[in-house]
Amino acid sequence: MKEKFIVEEFSDNLNTRNRRGAVWHVVFQASTIVGILALITLILNVVNSTFGYIAYEARVDPDTLAADGMPLEAQSKDQLVSLLQTELSSGAFNKLENEKPFAERTREEVFQLVVERIVRPDIVEVWDLWISLTQEDEIRATVARDFPNAELDFVSWLTTDFVTRPQTSEPLSTGVRTAILGSLWTIFFTILLAFPIGVGAAIYLEEYASDNWLNRIIQTNINNLAGVPSIVYGILGLAIFVRALEPLTSGKLFGIENLTSENGRTVLSAGLTLGLLVLPIIIINAQEAIRAVPRSLRNASYGVGATKWQTVWSHVLPNALPGILTGTILAVSRAIGESAPLIVVGASTAISFDPESPFSKFTTLPIQIYQWTSRPQEEFKSLAAASILVLLILLLSLNASAVLLRNRFSRRF
Amino acid sequence: MAEITVNSAEKKSPAFNLRRKPRLGETIIQGLLFFSGFFSIFTTLGIVYELGKESLLFFQMPEVDILSTITTTEWKPHIGKFGIWPLLNATLMTTTIAMAIAIPLGMSVAVFLSEYASPRVRSTLKPILEVLAGIPTIVYGYFALTFMTPILREIFGKDVVQIYNTGSAGLVMGILILPLISSMTEDALSAVPRSLREAAYGMGATKLEVALQIVVPAALSGIAAAIIVGISRAIGETMIVAVAAGAGPNFTFSPFVGAETITGHIVRISGGDLSYDSIDYNSIFALGLFLFFITLVLNIISQAIVRRFREVYE
Repeated sequence: MKEKFIVEEFSDNLNTRNRRGAVWHVVFQASTIVGILALITLILNVVNSTFGYIAYEARVDPDTLAADGMPLEAQSKDQLVSLLQTELSSGAFNKLENEKPFAERTREEVFQLVVERIVRPDIVEVWDLWISLTQEDEIRATVARDFPNAELDFVSWLTTDFVTRPQTSEPLSTGVRTAILGSLWTIFFTILLAFPIGVGAAIYLEEYASDNWLNRIIQTNINNLAGVPSIVYGILGLAIFVRALEPLTSGKLFGIENLTSENGRTVLSAGLTLGLLVLPIIIINAQEAIRAVPRSLRNASYGVGATKWQTVWSHVLPNALPGILTGTILAVSRAIGESAPLIVVGASTAISFDPESPFSKFTTLPIQIYQWTSRPQEEFKSLAAASILVLLILLLSLNASAVLLRNRFSRRF
Repeated sequence: MAEITVNSAEKKSPAFNLRRKPRLGETIIQGLLFFSGFFSIFTTLGIVYELGKESLLFFQMPEVDILSTITTTEWKPHIGKFGIWPLLNATLMTTTIAMAIAIPLGMSVAVFLSEYASPRVRSTLKPILEVLAGIPTIVYGYFALTFMTPILREIFGKDVVQIYNTGSAGLVMGILILPLISSMTEDALSAVPRSLREAAYGMGATKLEVALQIVVPAALSGIAAAIIVGISRAIGETMIVAVAAGAGPNFTFSPFVGAETITGHIVRISGGDLSYDSIDYNSIFALGLFLFFITLVLNIISQAIVRRFREVYE
């Protein structure tokens, strides 16, 4: 009788519980979709600003520059050079000649100069891709009404010219070559510092270090350094590389007198700072790769009489290498996207010449994006969007190569 | 360990022994490897020494005293007022907003991926979230300024929401930290053994009950660690706030007006021409040291939680 009583009282509430389960399932699913939507929105937002209509007014009408009945576009290089000579002040012309003699410039470059210095197109209005596609008629009406002299053009801000041109102050003729080269120079020194020391530290910790207090401190310290905000590394770089090691990082020690970069705010300082930043990441990734090499391989090597270093060099490292490289590539892509420490170290705001030595002043792609984003005018937002696409494509190909490397060479034991 | 080919002379010799010979090359290599391992200690010492030295100079300046730094609410270097609260308050606001987004979303994503999603769905969604984590923070800054801020201004009115505001910076920072929290939480959830789930199913629990009442409590230490790491990341995050949160210290509790965080202030001050041994120069070291210690303490707490409270299953 007692048992029956319990069965009557017991209610499993199954319907309510299942309903609650279904509701939460939707909540969990929705959160995941929100995360993915955020990624899609972010990319669409960048693409949206990269293309679209612009309205621009030429400060000098190109038709008035026709020579011998030929429009500007059809003129030869010599005609264009003489045009520059007549239109520009002799000082400005000589300055151009000094930067690069006209004899060495191609017709395209000279034409670009004429557009930049004489015609001087001035952007009056910018529309993003969405509005350009959906409200084309309204845009045309607005331009016809408000800017009767303006030309309307559908442009892609991201072009091959944009990637290969140096930085200038004119939005229509600027480019990111200076910034890309700056990024590459910086990353070169980052790898030079962080890769050998990072892999060495990982080998030490995994293969040599015994479990004593010193090695535990080293390991804990590395884990903690990985969590230090990047801007703190920037401040450290400012104190050590820019200030304390100024003779080294400015090149004075090597007898290089470069007036533009005598203060140590150079590619070298930037690269070394980022090297310190990614060092803990490289160590942790390399440690994981080394740990994945099975014990039996080492024992077999010791069994035929190899020394510790012979074992590490000929057996552990070759097998861990794909993992180490993958981890390094991921760390390097982190360094390429980093901008806060470089601002503190002293990235230059506007430089139009390519970095040529470790002791050059520098700007990098993320710094360029930061500067253009900070400008209030719409056209600079579009330039920022185009350079974001360049940066993302660069990072994506790096990450893809890391994944390929992992899939191609990783061995399962 | 001698050479593999043992010649007859050695065989006969009674002096031949198998004790390890000192090898100069091996010792040098081991020394180099130890130096590499020890190198990161120099980084930490460098941070503590350099930042500590300049911070000391900062607090020795006549305009500065520690008491008013931690009690007053005005940071105006040009008139000698150095109250940390406007900067700290803005940092705490962006961090709070970011965590309000990242914790619920990140944990939901983690529960979905670990408990609900089929292996195929998981293997497609995880890389996508990893891409989100790999995007440079300056891109998020651009996103905050050109997408989130206009939306906030559309919703709450242009006269309420300023162009630069901590709200949009915080929201976007939440999106940035979401994948960090979700992937760490998911690792913790996946580490809970199957047998626990199956025992609960055997008792008649629904999927939700298994997830929230069995798996999540079992993984709580890992989840707590994920949240603390997320907070530490949010406090140190720089480019989003530098672009979108506004320039100029401002002691306010409104998320719709501009205010400068600690990191944002460091970036703005060092963006200009910074002369050595000026009060601005020294102040960024003091702020940097402060950031370093906050994040260090948070990271140590998170590691301690994992070590102390981790449930070990065989």
